[in-house]
Amino acid sequence: MASIHEKKFVSGDPAKCVGCCVCEYACSMEKEKTYNPTKSRIRAVRLNPFVNLAVACRLCEEAPCVAACPRDALEQSQEKGIIIVDEEKCNGCGWCIEACDYGAIQLHPETRVVFTCDLCDGEPKCVEWCPEEALDFTTKDILSQKARVAIVKKLFVEALKAPT
Amino acid sequence: MSYTKRILHVDLSTGKTEIEPLKEEMARKYIGGIGLGMRLFLDNSKAGVDPFSPENPIIFATGPLSGTMAPSAGNGYAVVSKSPLTEGIAESKSHGFFGAELKRAGYDAVIFTGKSEKLVYAWIDDDSVQLMDAQHLKGKSPHETEMAIREDLGDFYTRVTAIGEAGEKLVRIGCAINDEFRAVGRTGMGAVMGSKNLKAVAVRGTNDVNVAKPEEFTEFIRMIHERMKGPATRKYRTLGTPENVLVLNALGALPTRNFTQATFEGAEKVSGEYLNERYIKKIIGCATCGMRCDHIGVVPEGPYKGATARVEFECLWALGPNCGVDRLDAIIEAIYQCDYYGIDCISAGGIVSFAMDCYENGILTEKDTEGLDLRFGNHEALVEMVKRIGSRKGWLGDVLADGTMRAAEKIGKGAVKYANHIKGLELPGYDIRGLKTAALGFAVSFRGACHLRAGAYDPDVKGKVDRFKIEKGRGKIVMVGEDEYNVIDSLILCKFSRGVFYEKLQDMARYYTLATGIEVTPDEIMQAGERINNLARVLNIREGKGTREYDQLPPKIMSVPIPDEGVAKGACVNQKEFDIGLDDYYEVRGWTKEGIPTVEKLKELGLNDLVPIVKEKLGAQTPKKKGKGGK
Repeated sequence: MASIHEKKFVSGDPAKCVGCCVCEYACSMEKEKTYNPTKSRIRAVRLNPFVNLAVACRLCEEAPCVAACPRDALEQSQEKGIIIVDEEKCNGCGWCIEACDYGAIQLHPETRVVFTCDLCDGEPKCVEWCPEEALDFTTKDILSQKARVAIVKKLFVEALKAPT
Repeated sequence: MSYTKRILHVDLSTGKTEIEPLKEEMARKYIGGIGLGMRLFLDNSKAGVDPFSPENPIIFATGPLSGTMAPSAGNGYAVVSKSPLTEGIAESKSHGFFGAELKRAGYDAVIFTGKSEKLVYAWIDDDSVQLMDAQHLKGKSPHETEMAIREDLGDFYTRVTAIGEAGEKLVRIGCAINDEFRAVGRTGMGAVMGSKNLKAVAVRGTNDVNVAKPEEFTEFIRMIHERMKGPATRKYRTLGTPENVLVLNALGALPTRNFTQATFEGAEKVSGEYLNERYIKKIIGCATCGMRCDHIGVVPEGPYKGATARVEFECLWALGPNCGVDRLDAIIEAIYQCDYYGIDCISAGGIVSFAMDCYENGILTEKDTEGLDLRFGNHEALVEMVKRIGSRKGWLGDVLADGTMRAAEKIGKGAVKYANHIKGLELPGYDIRGLKTAALGFAVSFRGACHLRAGAYDPDVKGKVDRFKIEKGRGKIVMVGEDEYNVIDSLILCKFSRGVFYEKLQDMARYYTLATGIEVTPDEIMQAGERINNLARVLNIREGKGTREYDQLPPKIMSVPIPDEGVAKGACVNQKEFDIGLDDYYEVRGWTKEGIPTVEKLKELGLNDLVPIVKEKLGAQTPKKKGKGGK
């Protein structure tokens, strides 16, 4: 069983995201063989020109969506942490949607059961297509590392310029 | 296949809607976008229709790539109607997110006719089409309207294209704006919406958009994405189109003070370089596009602090150098005000600069301007005048709101000498006295003065031809440019991405075929471009505006040589070379010396049903031209 430290998920960088929705189109084509953002597992949000971010499932520990399901239709994969939907059991009641803080689990427009990111077998198409390299398939540990490195770089801009 | 094969008719007078099927022959012949839009305009309008009458249809057309993942094309739509500025055929395109949504709602085109009694917006929610009360949105800016409609409908992903106060008040340069910064800018389409009491069109589309050959299509897009990272789009991704400021200034081709000069002493201060260093806060992109080009400028301090606008060269030029204004903060504020009222920045800048020229030359006085010191370079006067035009405020605001051509007639006293427009549409930012292939292209453009109907400035700017003269051969350059651009605007490819189609029409034909499954060769798609240009020409002839006498250049271009010291000094277009250019162009087009498509040409292009429209005109001229080699 993979620990939380090892589970990779799709993370968006608001500093790089430009709200172009390429991820949505890539996702719907990969998973549904069509172009339709309402069938995408990742959704982009543009609040204004400066605030853009694409959001997908974050593989929460003790996932609230799973806990919220009254029909035991959701299960979290022990190995990858993704949420697996039993389409026979799901009746689209939406308790999981309310439980998710990120809007990452959605009701499918046609099948009327819920759906969410399955990480494309470890090669997420959204990450591959993102023209801004704003999406990362990464772990929480790596994200914190990156943030630390970025802030130290920012703090020591001058020192980094100095000859060694 | 990526057509929905559905055309929606909405009668704003009765609220009735109807679905008409799109025939494959129509799709193949006119592609989509402006081509399909203009054909539908022809089929749904009568000759001589008043642009502001309920009978004037306004058509929103998507393209065969809209709604797909096609970068720069998946997001476009075109609007076609009769222009209140030129009284000829009008078209304008916009990108962003709206076009994709309209396609997903299930429509290749939406045709609005009639006029609503009260201000409404059309709410297209897939198959459900309703006219919603918009009286609470009266006077709101396009962006305020967009946000309010999303709030009213309670759906964040609803896409909206809306007009501002200008469109409501029939300001003839009124535009429609979607997704905050994306305008259906030119030719007054917002005013036509206003005349119908149509404040906005809101769309939510949840249907699939499928392409004929998904795997090959995906590979094709992958290739385009890769090319988009390369040199073909470098300019748009880095400095953006404002890079043109210093390039054109160096060529002596940057129109300054209403085409009084062709170089601007303040060019450095309004350059793309300075803009990006000081004002650009973020560069964002449209749906499906990997290029990102929207340079969003914010004024950080001073009297215009907080003003936010998408800054492109044309807006910057029109409201900057062309008005003698060398302050980017004021220019960003002026663009913001244009967006707020919903007016076309190019025309707005053209009109204000015209008024400034009149003021400097004593044709307009301080009494006319109600105390405003309308001298070139007065940025406060610029911003104030934009607001007055956008709201028809005061005598002068009201007069100028009808565009340069009508304002010049109304002001009189020789103001026409300073009126820089072609067919009623204000000139964009290229000094065509020293870019003469472009001059010819501007003159024959079917929607009036426009750099994006043929792109004929390109060979001039790049030094592929002698830009200081018009000679035989330029007609062909303009024609090929026009036909290609008609294909681009019918596929609704963003013109910023045109460079990534290395094989040009071969790439475009393949793109079309992979999406639609309709096999076309590069020659066939190029012929579609030619067909669309002839269709536009015949439409203008039908409206009495399509002959040689309308393919003219403004007085300044023809009679006032560029005075500035430098490479372009003394440049001016003379009648003789201009006539050579027109003759050459009409000849390669297969038109008569009067610029009328011949019966043979129309038949060759499969436009047989347009023959009666030109026959009348041809009949009137044949006796005169007989024996003189007239075609």
